[in-house]
Amino acid sequence: MRLDTDPYLDRYAERVQGLKTSEIRALFSVAARPEVVSFAGGMPATAHLDMKAVEAVAAKLIRDHGPTALQYGGGQGRVELREHLVNVMAEEDIPGHADDIVVTIGGQQALELVAKCFLNKGDLVLAEGPTYVGGIGAINSHQGEIQHIPMDGNGMRTDLLEAELERLKKLGRAIKYVYTIPNHQNPAGVSLSLERRHHLAALAEQYDLMIVEDNPYGLLDFADTRRVSVKSLIPDRVIYVSTLSKIFAPGVRTGWIAAPAPIRDKLVLLREAADLCPPNLTQMLMEAWLGTQPWQQQVRRFTNLYEERSKVMLASLAQYMPKDVTWTVPTGAFYIWVTVPGGIDTSMLLPKAVQRRVAYVPGRGFYADGSGENYLRLSFSFPETDRIAEGVSRLGELLYDERELREAVYRRTPPANESS
Amino acid sequence: MTTPPRIAVLCGGTSLEREVSMRSGTRVANTLTDCGYDITQLDVGGDLVAILRDGAFDAAFIALHGAAGEDGTVQSLLELLALPYTGPDALASTLSFNKPTAQGLFARHGIHVPRHVSLSQLAFRELGASAALDHIVDTLGASLVVKPARGGSSIGLTLLDSADGLPAAIMSAFSCADAVLIEQRIMGTEIAITVLDGNPLPAIEIRPKRGDYDFSARYTAGATEFHAPARLSDEIQQACADAASQAYRAVGARHISRVDVIVATDGTPFVIELDTCPGLTQTSLAPLAAEAAGLSFTDLCTQLVSFALRDA
Repeated sequence: MRLDTDPYLDRYAERVQGLKTSEIRALFSVAARPEVVSFAGGMPATAHLDMKAVEAVAAKLIRDHGPTALQYGGGQGRVELREHLVNVMAEEDIPGHADDIVVTIGGQQALELVAKCFLNKGDLVLAEGPTYVGGIGAINSHQGEIQHIPMDGNGMRTDLLEAELERLKKLGRAIKYVYTIPNHQNPAGVSLSLERRHHLAALAEQYDLMIVEDNPYGLLDFADTRRVSVKSLIPDRVIYVSTLSKIFAPGVRTGWIAAPAPIRDKLVLLREAADLCPPNLTQMLMEAWLGTQPWQQQVRRFTNLYEERSKVMLASLAQYMPKDVTWTVPTGAFYIWVTVPGGIDTSMLLPKAVQRRVAYVPGRGFYADGSGENYLRLSFSFPETDRIAEGVSRLGELLYDERELREAVYRRTPPANESS
Repeated sequence: MTTPPRIAVLCGGTSLEREVSMRSGTRVANTLTDCGYDITQLDVGGDLVAILRDGAFDAAFIALHGAAGEDGTVQSLLELLALPYTGPDALASTLSFNKPTAQGLFARHGIHVPRHVSLSQLAFRELGASAALDHIVDTLGASLVVKPARGGSSIGLTLLDSADGLPAAIMSAFSCADAVLIEQRIMGTEIAITVLDGNPLPAIEIRPKRGDYDFSARYTAGATEFHAPARLSDEIQQACADAASQAYRAVGARHISRVDVIVATDGTPFVIELDTCPGLTQTSLAPLAAEAAGLSFTDLCTQLVSFALRDA
């Protein structure tokens, strides 16, 4: 008798065949335990929101507009919220109109809708290497192929992008879009330099490219710098994606896409097929928040908090890490990208880390091609500062121990006849 | 009407197999709740002893996997609290969880086990064990299984076809445990035999659809094909069942254990390990074996509770 643990297997679509349970995901289940200092999730410090203000806004919303807030809405999202989102973009001098915007269920739905809109099986997307895990997931779920462009401390190496574009052009290989997170990149923590933004825009014109500009973190800039958006340089070539998850809270699942009108129309139709419309309740809550509360002050408080936490993490890294470990210095937001000595595989090391009660995301998750084994991402946004120092200390001990053990395991004594 | 037994289903914890344990525990808790038991599902942590002491439970159902739950730690605490529990006792758990110890015990009872060597981190750090790695290949061959000496779900396990990857495989195993077990890789048919209250259930043959029976092949529904009974001759099936029963007795198991066996191409059954807290998820082998024996998952869970109460 053959026993089937999944009797529906023959019925699934082809794109579902590759979906599988992973050991790393299973280990993150341990990371969620309070005993573990987790630098794994990119979680905002929601406890630092002004909860009294949130409560008042939510209560007033239900009291004054309950029936509308609990009703269906339109597929593009409420125009009142879209007008507020234009104001949020204006904080970074990003041009846009309410009519360009499609409200989504967080930035993740935005990335998934864009992938669904543009990708057939095997279509090519160029993305920073490393790049956001969820961005990879969105592209993979539509069977797109990702090719990475290396980064350095100034973001994507646009010189290497240019070389790759030229190579692909000669091969006759079409590129559906370039996916970039220019500000405080996830996971690298660095920002694309101004010069490279202009270079990227010029390359987009030269090679007829669409750019997906994912900007969840732009307002969380430690130096309060407002960086030039790619969208402001080449508006007709950019599909702009953002979210309120990092500047308010992910629990409202409110993101958006700003796109040229023909693309916007397609995205609205795709989203209506997926979930009809974004929830009125959270949209109206965000309208009230952005319309009646000093939300910019809240963003400043968050930014100051994250900057303080980043400083503690950087100081702890300097104090506790072995000399051959290096890391990026974040320009804002949540992340530090750590490079460990060659030979150490951070995926393989994760069980040991979890047993020592510290968790991170192994570098492999940020590369579609399975590379990245000697990197790891640390998120400093959520743990309190004393926990950050404690967690980095545990990680440092782990890496020292791993190096010592590795030397012992790889040590080779000369054969007996040569040892005299 | 009698009061239904009050059962604590223990799962989760901080072991590397927490996720699998949560799945097992939730499935057991839902099943027993549907049967009318008074169930409390506990994600075990620092308050476990206090909860069990004060909870007026009739028994504990252990759905823990990995360290603490499977190595005799929780069993010892339950014995201290005089609370009946499912599965083998503390000593049997301790013996089985340490794979080299269990294999040595099996070999002493005349059960075939792969040729193997176990090395601790200490052996490398302080005694220069790396100089012996060439001897391992000379002795066991280059086709090897390298795994943590303690732990399950294939976490930290590497299959090797050449000596080149041996140090990396050892490092991977050391990420999960302080000792590594290096075995000669037996090529053949992989089977699992669940022994329920001393009686071997039909052998389940394991055929991953792609690659090896690794973590994702174990826990992704549909990734592995199972056959019950295993497609082996009656004679070999009997030899496997005998080996499993012997292994069960050798460690002093009770209630339930899963014995993993590879049947070599010449028909010899090699016992690889004995799992005292076998997985109880949708894709786990013990529930499949029960199903093959005509026992539903409900039957399996209620029988285990009755064994615990019987043996109190």
